[in-house]
Amino acid sequence: MAADIADRAAEPVQRAVPGPLRSFWISFSENRGAVFGMAVLAFIVILAVFADWIAPYSPIDQFRDFTKLPPAWEASGNWKFPLGTDALGRDTLSRLIYGARVSLFIGLAVMVVSVLLGVTLGLVAAFSGGVIDTAIMRIMDLIISVPGLVLAILIVAVLGPSLANTIWAVTVVFLPRYVRLVRASAMGEIGKEYVTAARVAGVRRLRLMVMTVLPNCLAPLIVQAALGVSEAILEAAALGFLGLGAQPPIPEWGSMLADSREFIRSNPWIVTLPGLAILVTVISINLMGDGLRDALDPKLKRS
Amino acid sequence: MSVHRSTLLGLGLAALLMGSTAASAKTLVYCSEGSPENFTPALNTTGTSFDAARPVYNQLVEFERGSTKVVPGLAESWAMSDDGLTITFKLRKGVKWHSIGAFKPTRDFNADDVLFSFNRQWKPDHPFHKVSGGKYDYFADMDMPKLLKSLEKKDDLTVVMTLNEPNAPIMANLAMDFASIHSAEYAETLQKAGRLEQFDQVPVGTGPFSFVAYQKDAVIRFKTNKDYFGEKVLIDDLVYAITPDPTARYSKLKAGECSFVPFPRPADLAEMQKDPTLQVISQSGLNIAYWAFNVQKKPFDDKRVRQAFNMAIDKATIIRDVYLRAGQTAKNLIPPTLWSYNDAVKDYAYEPEKAKALLKEAGVATPMEIDLWYMPVQRPYNPNAKRIAEMMQADLAKVGVTAKLVTFEWGEYRKRAQQGEHTTAQLGWTGDNGDPDNFFFLRGCSGARAGGQNITKWCNKEFDDRLKKAVTLGDPAARTKLYEEMQVIMKEEAPDLTIAHSVVYEVMRKGVTGYKQSPFGAHKFVGVDIN
Amino acid sequence: MVMFFLKRAALTVPTFFALMFLTFVAIRLVPGDPVEVRTGERGISAERLAQFRAEYGLDQPVWKQFADYVWQLLHGDFGTSIVTNERVLTEFFQLFPATIELSFFAMVFAIGIGIPAGVVAALKRGSLFDQTLMGLSLTGFSMPIFWWGLLLIMLVSERLGWTPVSGRIDLIKYYFEPVTGFMLIDALLSGQPGAFRSALHHLVLPGIVLGTVPLATLARMTRSSMLEVLSEDYVRTARAKGLSPFRVVGLHALRNALIPVVTIIGLQVGSLMAGAVLTETIFSWPGVGKWLIESIGRRDYPALQGGILLISAVVILVNLTVDMLYGSIDPRIRHGR
Repeated sequence: MAADIADRAAEPVQRAVPGPLRSFWISFSENRGAVFGMAVLAFIVILAVFADWIAPYSPIDQFRDFTKLPPAWEASGNWKFPLGTDALGRDTLSRLIYGARVSLFIGLAVMVVSVLLGVTLGLVAAFSGGVIDTAIMRIMDLIISVPGLVLAILIVAVLGPSLANTIWAVTVVFLPRYVRLVRASAMGEIGKEYVTAARVAGVRRLRLMVMTVLPNCLAPLIVQAALGVSEAILEAAALGFLGLGAQPPIPEWGSMLADSREFIRSNPWIVTLPGLAILVTVISINLMGDGLRDALDPKLKRS
Repeated sequence: MSVHRSTLLGLGLAALLMGSTAASAKTLVYCSEGSPENFTPALNTTGTSFDAARPVYNQLVEFERGSTKVVPGLAESWAMSDDGLTITFKLRKGVKWHSIGAFKPTRDFNADDVLFSFNRQWKPDHPFHKVSGGKYDYFADMDMPKLLKSLEKKDDLTVVMTLNEPNAPIMANLAMDFASIHSAEYAETLQKAGRLEQFDQVPVGTGPFSFVAYQKDAVIRFKTNKDYFGEKVLIDDLVYAITPDPTARYSKLKAGECSFVPFPRPADLAEMQKDPTLQVISQSGLNIAYWAFNVQKKPFDDKRVRQAFNMAIDKATIIRDVYLRAGQTAKNLIPPTLWSYNDAVKDYAYEPEKAKALLKEAGVATPMEIDLWYMPVQRPYNPNAKRIAEMMQADLAKVGVTAKLVTFEWGEYRKRAQQGEHTTAQLGWTGDNGDPDNFFFLRGCSGARAGGQNITKWCNKEFDDRLKKAVTLGDPAARTKLYEEMQVIMKEEAPDLTIAHSVVYEVMRKGVTGYKQSPFGAHKFVGVDIN
Repeated sequence: MVMFFLKRAALTVPTFFALMFLTFVAIRLVPGDPVEVRTGERGISAERLAQFRAEYGLDQPVWKQFADYVWQLLHGDFGTSIVTNERVLTEFFQLFPATIELSFFAMVFAIGIGIPAGVVAALKRGSLFDQTLMGLSLTGFSMPIFWWGLLLIMLVSERLGWTPVSGRIDLIKYYFEPVTGFMLIDALLSGQPGAFRSALHHLVLPGIVLGTVPLATLARMTRSSMLEVLSEDYVRTARAKGLSPFRVVGLHALRNALIPVVTIIGLQVGSLMAGAVLTETIFSWPGVGKWLIESIGRRDYPALQGGILLISAVVILVNLTVDMLYGSIDPRIRHGR
């Protein structure tokens, strides 16, 4: 009998507390919207990665005899080109799929670069204090005071329109938020006891910055970064729309929209589809980002 | 009681009449494609700015509405001396200047105004020369400083122009916008008041419409000049609604917010032509779109290579898909509407196999890499250089040539092309004065220097000799013969690929009558009525 | 309080100066020559080019150009546009009212719908209304606004014909001298019947497009801020005490919930300017956003410099004002670090 009780008492202990990753996943999956967003995003990522196999045609091949076709379900459509073709006879479906690659690449690249730079600058500012801190923060204030798109346009105008320069321009525009975030977080942590203890123990600054303080700033950073991807995609599309992004014949959703503007009356599908692609991608990333925020930091939980 | 009622009735009728007169004020709204830089054509080079100032001014001689024929304007007649060096103009009497704001003219148009208008652009020490930037591009580009020896006033209504050398196209030059005649008295008044800049912001002219107001980037308003000496003006108010987006222009036209729209999108033409509330007119443009080969860069120094490239491009499909049939394939540098057009010239056919063979014969190793420059902006002769470049890129791939597409900001593009930095580049030309020399100089030796306008950098003695001779001859038949020979030489040597002449479309509401399309793409609303 | 204000204001000066320097440098780096850009196929001869560069001071060493520029700026001269030869400041103020009017309308739209919607959603948390609002606002700020504008033009202006396509007022029927530059006010002042309505009619679509993202953001913010406040102890106490929900909401919760929202409204100005650039381009709205884009293409250095400086100055000033307001509402900000 005593053994039974002991056994039963032992059971709950065996079922250990789930590890951080698992508990994160449980939290995250409670949010149905976030899971849905993730699923859609996963689908888009698959499209982007496996574009070469999934897309029916190359995005730059021109089929001169089949220009400006509406989607296949319309009267003059053709099932060879399910979503129709653009003015040069390029298959819209293929261009949308390859466009996912371009947009996701830009979003990811901007996020990675701006997070890396932002974290570095933010930590340096927080730990150095004094002149360096002020200098960095003043520069960030400067960047913020010029409206985002205007600054991006200026940078691209200086560097020349291309895919790479779009990434640089949007990175610069997004930099301040990461710097501020990391700096504020880091400064919050610096005052805490464990940091003082580590310092006293003789831990070197760099190690302190990266191994000790940084992991505790990660939660809000991850959320911002995730949402940053979607914003970067929007900014890049805006630049593409203004003709300042990736140059032809690279299929970028924003410039596809710009090219389609003249068909707004005659062929509205050419206008609707690229914009829809942007919208769906951005929404799914945002849904996921919301889920991330709720799961990672209950304090920030927006319910 | 009845008195009251009849008074009321009378008042009612009066109100009705007043209301109806106000409603029947005829306003024509022209939806223009851009904002003017200022209102003095001599300072501008863009069609947009010329159009904005045109309602207000006249020139000594003018192009007859809808043609390239030169007819009297502010000069009612002129006589050229036998040696072609002296032209005497008899000016029109009793032409009134506009009254704008505080300015009230005290005299009619006379020789002083002609002298002012030209001297301002010509003499660096003229009090108004530096005002508003001091750039008189067309005056310089049409070689006026080189040609003009002197301009003198004989009496109030007679002006004598002396040239340094005989120049057949000069009369056509004087009909251009830069030669618009301004009021010397207005200039004087502003000078005394110390407000010289106003001269180019608030224009005073003799033209069919007088300037009312300009709201930046939004609207220009004109009202009819009741004392206009020329063709009758049938509307009361003219409004330019500045609408840079062609799709927006079309929407406004359909909604009745515009009466007249220039530069419609080719994609919309089919729908516009079917619409019973609109009328679409078109005319061959006085222009050419070409793809220049830089003969200074190998292998384009070899005629065979240039000819091969001519055979490698499917021009018909470009016309069909980019110009949307609103253009015609070009075989010569000048359009068929210009005199001396040589129809006997045979163009290269689309024969990619022959092109490949010819390239091989010329010793070109494929795959070959070239750069293909395209303009970032729409031009009158080229609706979408980017798209044409993409199509050519695909065609060239079939003959073993890899073309890299390159573009720059418009100003940068043109500058670099003139420097000869390209291997191949698209460009074009719109005629200024309806004279063949105005096109052919683009292939002359003098333009082939670095920075010159001959971006093929091709210099051919036979072509150039004829070019230089033809501009001095007074006899059109003799000039025609020379130009015809030049076209044959050009086609054989193939320094470029002549792509197309555009067809210029204009769209207006059904009620607009009396409009005549100008070969120069100018928009004039005198003699136009709206119902 | 005064010290706080002065300290904050003083901080903007170096920012402004740095901005001046940066825009000057950046614009000089933009490839393309302002004189070249304006010429047609002909181009321009080297001698004439040199002559004009000399006139615009472009042949001076760069540091001297900068020094001259700063000197002029301190005298209130923002330079002269290379394209129109008008003073940049004049041009800016001719166009700025249009942008303000558009932004103001967009903000009124966003606040007028966003805040009440957010409040209601918070009160009815989890309901269909709440979920729909969340979905819509998520769509709202995920939307590329240039596409949204095109869609609305396609549907509302073209298919349905409910709104005009572009411009600020019906040009055939109405003409009056601009007094303030704000079409709505000028229309009222002119006394012409129907003018105000026409001006409003023209504002609707661009205003909605520009206001969509702020609307979505504000709705969300209001909702979450409201939710936070509603879950606070003092609110629950008030409710438990039996105070009517309206009093609880109206007097206490709402006021506190609105504090962060007010900050956000102020900070939206920067993104409104950015959005205005796209909106003005699509609707051919004659404001500073469109002017700025065109100046880049035309290499109109003075206009570009002046334009960026002036727009950023506006943003900085608004941020300063918001800081002040926030500081006066919440004393912790004033005295804390």
